[in-house]
Amino acid sequence: MVSPNTPETPGSASPSTGGPRSIQDVVIRLAGNSQDGIQSVGGFLARLAGRSDQDVMTYMTIPSTISGGPSIFQVRMGTGDILSAGDRADMLVAFYQHSYDAHIGSLRPGGVLVYDSDHVKPAAEDHRFTNVAVPITSATVEAVGGTSKDKGKNIFVLGLIARIFDLDVAKLSALIKERFGGKNEDIVRNAMLAFDAGYAWPQNNLRDLFYRFEAIDQATSAHGRPQITLDGNSAIAYGLIAAGVRYGAGYPITPWSSIMEILRTELPKYGGIFVQCEDEIASVSTALGFSYTGQLAITGSSGPGLSLKMEALGWATMAEMPLIVVNVQRGGPSTGMPTNVEQSDLMQAIYGSHGDTPRVVLAPKNVEDCFYISIEAARIAREYSTPVIILTDQGLSSRIEAFDEPDLARLLVDPKADLSERPVDFKPYPLDRPTRHAPAGSKIASGKYPTVTGLEHDELGHPTGSPKLHQQMTIKRREKLKQLAATLPAPELTGDSAGEVLLVTWGSSWGPGREALTRVRKVGVKAGHMHLRHLHPLPNGLEQTFARYHKVIVAELNDEGPYGYGQLATMLRARHAMPNILSVCKTDGLTFKVSELVAGIAKHIESTELDATVGVARHSALAKS
Amino acid sequence: MTKKALTADHPTWCPGCGDFAVLACFYRVLEKLQYPHEKIVTFAGIGCSSRFPYFVNTHGGHFIHGRALPFAAGISLGNDDLHVFVFGGDGDGFSIGGNHLVHTARKNVRLTYVIMDNSVYGLTKKQTSPTSPVGFKSKTDPTGAIDQPINPMRTLVNSGATFVARSHATQVNHMTDMMLRAAKHDGFSVVEILSECVEFFEGAFDAAVPRKGGAWALIEEKKHDGTPEDASRHDVSDPVAAFKLASEPWPGRFGVYYENKERKTKNALERDLITKAKERTKNASDLALLQATFAKLR
Repeated sequence: MVSPNTPETPGSASPSTGGPRSIQDVVIRLAGNSQDGIQSVGGFLARLAGRSDQDVMTYMTIPSTISGGPSIFQVRMGTGDILSAGDRADMLVAFYQHSYDAHIGSLRPGGVLVYDSDHVKPAAEDHRFTNVAVPITSATVEAVGGTSKDKGKNIFVLGLIARIFDLDVAKLSALIKERFGGKNEDIVRNAMLAFDAGYAWPQNNLRDLFYRFEAIDQATSAHGRPQITLDGNSAIAYGLIAAGVRYGAGYPITPWSSIMEILRTELPKYGGIFVQCEDEIASVSTALGFSYTGQLAITGSSGPGLSLKMEALGWATMAEMPLIVVNVQRGGPSTGMPTNVEQSDLMQAIYGSHGDTPRVVLAPKNVEDCFYISIEAARIAREYSTPVIILTDQGLSSRIEAFDEPDLARLLVDPKADLSERPVDFKPYPLDRPTRHAPAGSKIASGKYPTVTGLEHDELGHPTGSPKLHQQMTIKRREKLKQLAATLPAPELTGDSAGEVLLVTWGSSWGPGREALTRVRKVGVKAGHMHLRHLHPLPNGLEQTFARYHKVIVAELNDEGPYGYGQLATMLRARHAMPNILSVCKTDGLTFKVSELVAGIAKHIESTELDATVGVARHSALAKS
Repeated sequence: MTKKALTADHPTWCPGCGDFAVLACFYRVLEKLQYPHEKIVTFAGIGCSSRFPYFVNTHGGHFIHGRALPFAAGISLGNDDLHVFVFGGDGDGFSIGGNHLVHTARKNVRLTYVIMDNSVYGLTKKQTSPTSPVGFKSKTDPTGAIDQPINPMRTLVNSGATFVARSHATQVNHMTDMMLRAAKHDGFSVVEILSECVEFFEGAFDAAVPRKGGAWALIEEKKHDGTPEDASRHDVSDPVAAFKLASEPWPGRFGVYYENKERKTKNALERDLITKAKERTKNASDLALLQATFAKLR
């Protein structure tokens, strides 16, 4: 398995006699324990790539145990477009025997194994890799000295990697100083000692194991704006701030908590408040209270917490109260796999709650989109006076990507509540117009003050048992979604505009989907890739696109259920009644590998009558690609 | 502002319901306070008494069962200029909303909570409530309730509510006085009003009604006047004394159990956080703040 963007990958060819070998991208997996600071090494590499105008994507697992336990960080960096975190690693750094045992299978044959020879004994009979023994622990202790034990071996490894891949030492040193600066001077000094020791190591011991990233093509690197590097949860938090959201409430749950931590810290600077509540129900209730004062508010959680909020979300639909709900999906049901990814809350997000509760559901496609979709969610919530759910996932929450800094001056929304006096004919729930609530504090010229309510109501908010009014109001609430659907742009479509296969993805599967498309087309299959960001309501006209392909294969990280279709596939089949909509599903708690998507497509193509005409040989190639 | 300007829909309560008197007293309270009309909010959860906001012509809302307090906390914290009143019953407040009662008290959110306690689920037609006495026969306890009821005064004092009072729906002047003091209190103020459900628990609170042979026992508050009789009066700033007073046998006493004028409200504490954060960032504009954050992510 060769990474498509890698003309010559580390350890893949015979030792070169000249200088460093040129590469386009590399996948490095660091495996150790959670207290080893592996995440910070990954973070340094990601931010360095961002500052160097390289593309970068990371993938991280953190154990759900309180302290300790195995942990990995995988970073893919390079000079082309990086769309996924990489199927298999080009280099594995193993800190412990258990790290080696668990992750040697993720290293591609021909890859480089760097292991801490103080802790790891690789299998002697395994000759698939270039093995590099480095006494990481003792070398760090020797370099740093004093009482810090092996603390700093993560930074030693960073130095090692910097030397092997000829990374920009000046920029990395600056990053280390920024990170540790402000703390004890000794900490910065020790970090630099560890870094220098790691950087010096290869010259004596690694002989010719050196690489250099291809020079960046000026045309593609001509970004108008500097690159920023951050994770998906941060991108959502800052996106909400840019969207003028100043109030919110939440309850801690992995992997949502970091969003509320950022908002609790940041919002007071903007004159806002984020409340940590006693439970999930209080959180959604308090957020709705904020919205009622004319300040669009945010609450959020992960799957089980979203379930607890459902009754209040039913109220928000009925009372037409705007609200943003972030759901960072994890493996379920129940506590499930709290630090793993899944996309199994789609049906809950759309159809959870009691009664007919039309609500808007959006899903970001990558870290950058986490920022922009938050702004879009706020716009929709205000415009349609309705709850909007942002359905992100654990994969995006901790993934670090580099992208162009947003144009904040253009995007920033002024959050002022409209407390102006409402005219004499003000109605909170007009049947012929969108609802625009009069927040508490605003005068009503008629002297008749409105009640926002979860009871079915007439246009003035009075409770009603009228069958006719319930029907009319239900239609009003539903029509809001149809009006929104009519304004949605056509979803992103790449590859062939007609052909054998249309791969459909949503959420964090966007990148692997794009890469899978490239591979499939490389072996001659006419294929397209559609990615959906608006999941409810869906954009109009999808059936016209679907009709241009023999098979529409929907890839999602949830179970195919008793009928054989994933959650989005089920919805698309229900809406479009097209039997050629098929599923590729998995629930192993990990994001899609490109190879898994390719294999899924190959399986479906081989099952069609089409096989006879397009030939089996090509599909064999596809399956192997 | 007059009662005429404050009345809205005609109440849906049964004839003889104690809640009518509470509503009438609340109009009197608002007439006395003369807040700007648009700055008054009446809010409620679910139950007979929670219909209250429909009967008062102010900004208001009718939320889900048991969750009016956290919603109202959002209103109070979202706009400090507002005067927020929450109404509800014993099931809404002490049972399904029990957690929120404890935490709103702990946080001392500035709002007034009036609990109309009838010791029975009325809207769902006679089931045992968290304040039903042991032995009370209901549809869910046909042979009599077996679970010990909640003691509202003890629960509230213990949770950190900063104004805790108790009244009775037959005592119009006392009720008005208690609600007025609660409204003026800067913090989380609660008045529990025993309000009879004539339909499903007739005579529940007769033990405190003199014309039905009961005893109306008022709390005498300490005046700090140095007189000998003052020694036996209740010190409303003493939570231990309040707890003891609340432990007296049924029907107990009426008046202010506890009042804490010192503790800061959550509203004030959140304002402090904002003030300090803005000092640290030198009152930078929203745009400058966000741009500075992004510059660090480069």
